[in-house]
Amino acid sequence: MGALATLASALALSACATTGGSGDTASASDKAKDDAFAATPAGDPVFASTYKPYPNVATAIRGATIYDGKGGTIENGVVFMSGGKITAVGGPDTPIPADIAVYDGTGKFVTPGIIDIHSHLGDYPSPGVEAHSDGNEATAPTTPEVWAEHSVWPQDPGFSRALANGGITALQILPGSANLMGGRSVTLKNVPARTMQGMKFPGAPYSMKMACGENPKRVYGSRGRMPSTRMGNLAVNRETWLGAIDYANDPKAKRDLGKETLVGVLKGEILIQNHCYRADEMALVLDMAKEMGYKVAAFHHAVEAYKIGDLLRENDVCSAIWADWYGFKMESYDGILENAAFLQREGACVVIHSDDQNDIQRLNQEAAKAQAAGARVGIDIPDATVIQWLTYNAAKAMGIADMTGSLETGKMADVVLWNGDPLSVYSRPEKVWIDGALMFDAMNPKTRPVSDFELGQPGEGDVK
Amino acid sequence: MKRLLITAASVLTLTASPAFAQDMVVTNAKLVIGDGGAPIEGGVVIVDDGKVVFAGAPTPGQTFTTDVVIDAGGAWVTPGLFATVTTLGLADVSAVDESNDITARETPFSAALDAATAINPTSQHILVHKAAGITRAATSMMPSGSIFAGQGAIIDLDGDAKPVMQARAFQMINLGEGGADRAGGSRAAAHALLRSALREAQALVGKPGIPETTEIGKDDEVFLSRFDAEALVPVVTGRQKLYVAVDRMADIRAVLALKTEYPKLDLVLVGVTEGWLVANEIAAAGVPVIANGLNDLPETFEQLGATQSNAGRMAKAGVTVAINAESLQNPRRLQQVAGNLVALTRMPGASGMDWGKAFAAISSVPAEISGMGGKAGVLKPGALGDVVMWTGDPLEVGSVPTKVFIAGVEQDLTNHQTRLRDRYIDLDESDRPKAYDW
Repeated sequence: MGALATLASALALSACATTGGSGDTASASDKAKDDAFAATPAGDPVFASTYKPYPNVATAIRGATIYDGKGGTIENGVVFMSGGKITAVGGPDTPIPADIAVYDGTGKFVTPGIIDIHSHLGDYPSPGVEAHSDGNEATAPTTPEVWAEHSVWPQDPGFSRALANGGITALQILPGSANLMGGRSVTLKNVPARTMQGMKFPGAPYSMKMACGENPKRVYGSRGRMPSTRMGNLAVNRETWLGAIDYANDPKAKRDLGKETLVGVLKGEILIQNHCYRADEMALVLDMAKEMGYKVAAFHHAVEAYKIGDLLRENDVCSAIWADWYGFKMESYDGILENAAFLQREGACVVIHSDDQNDIQRLNQEAAKAQAAGARVGIDIPDATVIQWLTYNAAKAMGIADMTGSLETGKMADVVLWNGDPLSVYSRPEKVWIDGALMFDAMNPKTRPVSDFELGQPGEGDVK
Repeated sequence: MKRLLITAASVLTLTASPAFAQDMVVTNAKLVIGDGGAPIEGGVVIVDDGKVVFAGAPTPGQTFTTDVVIDAGGAWVTPGLFATVTTLGLADVSAVDESNDITARETPFSAALDAATAINPTSQHILVHKAAGITRAATSMMPSGSIFAGQGAIIDLDGDAKPVMQARAFQMINLGEGGADRAGGSRAAAHALLRSALREAQALVGKPGIPETTEIGKDDEVFLSRFDAEALVPVVTGRQKLYVAVDRMADIRAVLALKTEYPKLDLVLVGVTEGWLVANEIAAAGVPVIANGLNDLPETFEQLGATQSNAGRMAKAGVTVAINAESLQNPRRLQQVAGNLVALTRMPGASGMDWGKAFAAISSVPAEISGMGGKAGVLKPGALGDVVMWTGDPLEVGSVPTKVFIAGVEQDLTNHQTRLRDRYIDLDESDRPKAYDW
């Protein structure tokens, strides 16, 4: 008991020191004096990011075709990054200092770092053994209290594959879709680290994962509990939101981790990422969100979004979609290749996502398929707009578009140099910078990240 | 029927186009033979009575009488893709159990299961994949209640009443983690089950219909019925190919070693994630491989050595390598995988395939492995008239067929997806709901 008490007070002290840094020193200290066992107050940063940009040298790429992530193209352009930020982007005459690293981008392409809004890396890592199955807290239909970051295994080799083959510089790790409310997401910088905190994207807002349709009703219905139907899904959701509203209105309510997440959503501080395949169900969710007073940032796996592109545009909701997944479950039966193009036609927000440790390595190729399908029915979408699906639009739907997702002065220098047109199957990332640090270089084997798990195993350090 | 006498090398402006044609000439094609060679500019394909009679650069003075002349206008023209291993025709929606014939966990049968009896030629998956340029496929159930998946079939994708070209073309088993799990929990159990099953089959060679073989069972579970043992007679006698799914280097070696005990086995390796580590041994054994294309993650402990360079390294060592459609989200991604293998040739330290070899890995090579060598996946005299015209480079993402011919017959490329596309080409319901738009 004595040892435990000592540990607890040490924790309280360290929590005090942490809050002290956030500018709330007085109240935190007072609280520490009054109550040695107080947790860090709700809303203060916990499990905080320890990520710092790695050392980088001022670098410019010259002569490449640049897609800026917001729909702009610069031929024979210049990207200049220094101090971890984009310093200048422009045409061939853009001035760059003499004493910096310069890469010849002739015949090559530059894009912002690719962003995957829907990943389970770390939560369902490789090897995908039962002991690693940490993505679904499938023990209750609503678990807004769980945080995906607490399942992230930073040694998942999948992170490095996403970097090297996919040019992924940031990604959102979501809880799975067994539950109506699966818990909080975490946004990561795709940098190798010993801890989750070492990857956590500084300043990124949380999202909460929700799920429509077949999964929640199957998982819980098969156990003889609610929900077992789609109407049950909605009922459980609405009851849960009402409970959160009561909590928000009750100043004396005891702390409740799940309701804190839900109230964060109601306040607009936490975004909603909603797994939802069918058009009719998306429309129901939008009305539920209106009823309860929150907003959906993006529908994920929105296979039928093309049926309601107008509604999604009017509600300013992004659709995070695959290019060609279809027909593997009932609610994916109406998947078509033209989904993204039809959404673009309506002026709705398109994001290409992976939900997959393999597809995350080729989001550029998936986007190219969707673009080509549009062109075949007379919807011509410029290459630069297609790149926006994987960069700025993803960042926007994750709430990080003011920091990354486009090549604009002052933003994080998250940059990919491709060895050819990124919308061609024949192209690969040649170099990837994260906050200006060169984290992958295809020309240098020692820049291939190798996770702890891979050491001493067949293929350690191999090209992957 | 109007017939045209054409000179292949001449400019062709007249066409006679009956809706249903078995004779045709395609001219002015960027022609891919499918045998591993580079595309031929200005190529010609002549199909007569459903079979290829000529494919290549036109010879001056060459003539042929035909029903249809198609000027490809420089477009890419290839043989139909050959997809292996697939489950095409065995499910409508894989997660909807009622519609799914891919697995049969509750059946007492295993090796005796015959996929040909369950093929639905009008499955949307068949129609969708035909529209993606796949004209033939090896289709199989997947191991579920046993290490044996059952007997796979070679099918065509034309949607007619006879999808099965060859029933019981191969038996498929899993001897890796999946097989270990299904055999009772250990690779040793899977190998013991396989050997006992082959011994039973050996005993039945030349003795069909004698109902005295003991069942191999455990508690209430039947591991191998008499019927299953009989189904393995063609395997043990080498008349039916045995596809063995394995990934780990040690498991690959264990499969190759089976040949010393059962020399007649006609082996094909499937998956083979760590094949590059034993590529020389596979090549020396002369066993072809249907390889997972781009897997580069240690998703299991038997895939620790995974790399996208696996296929390229094996091919370089002399292994016959086709791409495994079963490892993909859907088989229409075969062209994307092949394109990625080409991309790898530009990456330092990586191994891939040149364009012609990569295309062959999704056309003639899988066809040869399936016993359809010279018939499918290739445009050579005597081959089936499966001809596909494309919107662009067929290995580039986004390229799709503009025309698909199977045995010389032009295919309707309409399916559920194209009908949805046509309905939602706009969202206009000002006059009537979308349900009236068809």
